[in-house]
Amino acid sequence: MATRAATGARAGRGSSRPAREEAGPGSTLTREQKLELYYYMRLTRSLEERLVNLYRQTKVVGGLFRSLGQEADAVGSAYALDRARGDVLSPLIRNLGSMLVQGATPLEILRQYMAKGDSPTRGRELNIHFGSPDRGFIGQISHLGDMVPVMAGVTLSFRIRQQDRVGLVYVGDGATSTGAFHEGINFAAVQRCPLVVIVENNGYAYSTPVHRQTAAAELKDKAAGYGIPGERADGNDVLAVYDVTRRAVDRARRGEGASLIELVTYRRKGHAEHDNQSYVPEGEIERWARENDPLTRYVERLTGAERVPAAELKEIDARVLREIDLATDEAERSPVPQSEDALVGIYADPATIEPLWFREGIRSAVEGHERPASWGTHDPDTAAATEDA
Amino acid sequence: MPEITYLEGIRQALFEEMERDENVFCLGEDIGKYGGAFKVTEGLLEKFGEDRVIDTPVSEAAIVGAAAGASHMGMRPVCEMQFIDFISCGYDMLTNYVATARYRAMLPCPMVVRGPSGGYVRGGPFHSQNPEAAFLHTPGLKIVYPATVSDAKGLLKSAIRDDDCVLFFEHKYLYRRVKEELPEGDHVVPIGKARTAREGSDVSVISYAATLWKALEAAEQCEREDGLSVEVIDLRTLLPLDDDAIVATVKKTNRILLVHEDTRTGGIAGEITARINELAFEWLDAPVLRVTAADVPLPYAPSLEDYVLPQTPDIVRGIRRLAAY
Repeated sequence: MATRAATGARAGRGSSRPAREEAGPGSTLTREQKLELYYYMRLTRSLEERLVNLYRQTKVVGGLFRSLGQEADAVGSAYALDRARGDVLSPLIRNLGSMLVQGATPLEILRQYMAKGDSPTRGRELNIHFGSPDRGFIGQISHLGDMVPVMAGVTLSFRIRQQDRVGLVYVGDGATSTGAFHEGINFAAVQRCPLVVIVENNGYAYSTPVHRQTAAAELKDKAAGYGIPGERADGNDVLAVYDVTRRAVDRARRGEGASLIELVTYRRKGHAEHDNQSYVPEGEIERWARENDPLTRYVERLTGAERVPAAELKEIDARVLREIDLATDEAERSPVPQSEDALVGIYADPATIEPLWFREGIRSAVEGHERPASWGTHDPDTAAATEDA
Repeated sequence: MPEITYLEGIRQALFEEMERDENVFCLGEDIGKYGGAFKVTEGLLEKFGEDRVIDTPVSEAAIVGAAAGASHMGMRPVCEMQFIDFISCGYDMLTNYVATARYRAMLPCPMVVRGPSGGYVRGGPFHSQNPEAAFLHTPGLKIVYPATVSDAKGLLKSAIRDDDCVLFFEHKYLYRRVKEELPEGDHVVPIGKARTAREGSDVSVISYAATLWKALEAAEQCEREDGLSVEVIDLRTLLPLDDDAIVATVKKTNRILLVHEDTRTGGIAGEITARINELAFEWLDAPVLRVTAADVPLPYAPSLEDYVLPQTPDIVRGIRRLAAY
């Protein structure tokens, strides 16, 4: 199954020359790398479209979370890491693209969403809540902001062990209001952890707009309070996202500590597929779709300034669909988890906990119990007489 | 070997484990140059340096979360809560992130969260807590609460070597009050095993931490004054509970008094009672009784604190009631 790089050139990404602005966005990237960015953005979008179909066929278990319109920020930022050096990221719910860049496969994503027994979490966790530290991504939990302290610790270990590795963690505009975000980014700043904190400002946390989340003019302004660099970039321009992230990654790798990056983007779908977005002002979604779609913009860039023939992009699109088709067939054939597997792996020791007696009929509360020899010899009349005496 | 205190036992365990394994490191508030609020980590910074003895901001969620992240990478962090009361600030991290990590994501969290716990020291409501019940119903965590110097040292070494997160509660009343001579060499006490602190045949008292010593006092008194043979079980590990040891003492004495310093409602004694009911109901000759703190935030004034917390005479009354049943 070919779900990896479009060009096979990705081993070199993030380790090319330091990013420089003068020559325009993405000037440090090769043609192959730029096409690879396109591949991951297209894969993200098409895979989510496939998931929508499966959701409507009730094959997706539970909710479906889209990143429509945010593909550039997830892909461009993750691409600035260097997986060959062991960089690690922790995605948020709209960062499917970043996981694909780190090597998550469409098959894994589909099995996860379909709660299959051979999914990365064996049916224990939802949607894209999974990780693979060996491939450089650590799964999120639902509690927003919690991954910031965790990634502070991951990158603290890099610093202590003097490893040449960098970490990156995604939060949304909503998570910047949590205590965990504050504690984690402050800890990383004080400890000079090689950590890049990406604040993905997509306008809404569920239904709450950013101006009800913070009184700060811009989310990047929060960096000043932590004494770390803060930058803001157009999250729908994948090359700009790459450049700004790459600067922060380079700073971290040079030992200059943590950075905060605000990527301005827009959430075109609801919080999850069920959300009708009634709280969004009329026309807002359509305007972003029409004027500021990251894929449309990038196609224009590639076929324009980068002089990539449109047919070459079409080939990538077709390959993406073939990969997704193959993965869908395979995921549908996957088995559901065995129920008893629910009792395995809470601890390293014991590796499995015992089933409850009413499930398995063993260790019953009454049946088969050993009883003292005196059991059943109690005589109420004798006992009463003894008490009277 | 000279006698050492409970606190020195903990410090020795930290020193020895940090020397044994370079992946072990400590983080917490004021634990470096200052040596910690109770001086448990005194000397660690000088010996192991700033990268392995990390003074952190006042951020319990970040301390626990960062420890989890580092533990994913193969390190073995030991977090100090300056007072265990502040572990509540890391509750989300511990229960939602750490405790679930292995199960939901196959991510190991070999880490320890330790700190001074418990009352009898006039610490008031926020420097006297016993938080075990708050974590007892969280699958994925382990809880240890030693009463002796031997267990303080040996269980901490086991906790650091354990491949899951262990909450290690240290009773601050015992820090400098109990002393013991420990054997030379690598002194390790396994997690999950209770200990018979005193053999007996008429009544069993099951306890742990500071009230274990009060239970022993009460047992002596009841033997002296009533001729009762009282067994005392020291749980040592609260999660997982040692069901075998609990059932064994039920079968032996048939009369069980549960004693803990934590408050009554929802306390661990309720869980143990339920297990006895399920596993050894037929062996009981009397209802299981509890001696615990009253259900109030722990007050400061000696006359209030002493009234709220379980005392030796309370345990004596419990033993006598069970013996007479």
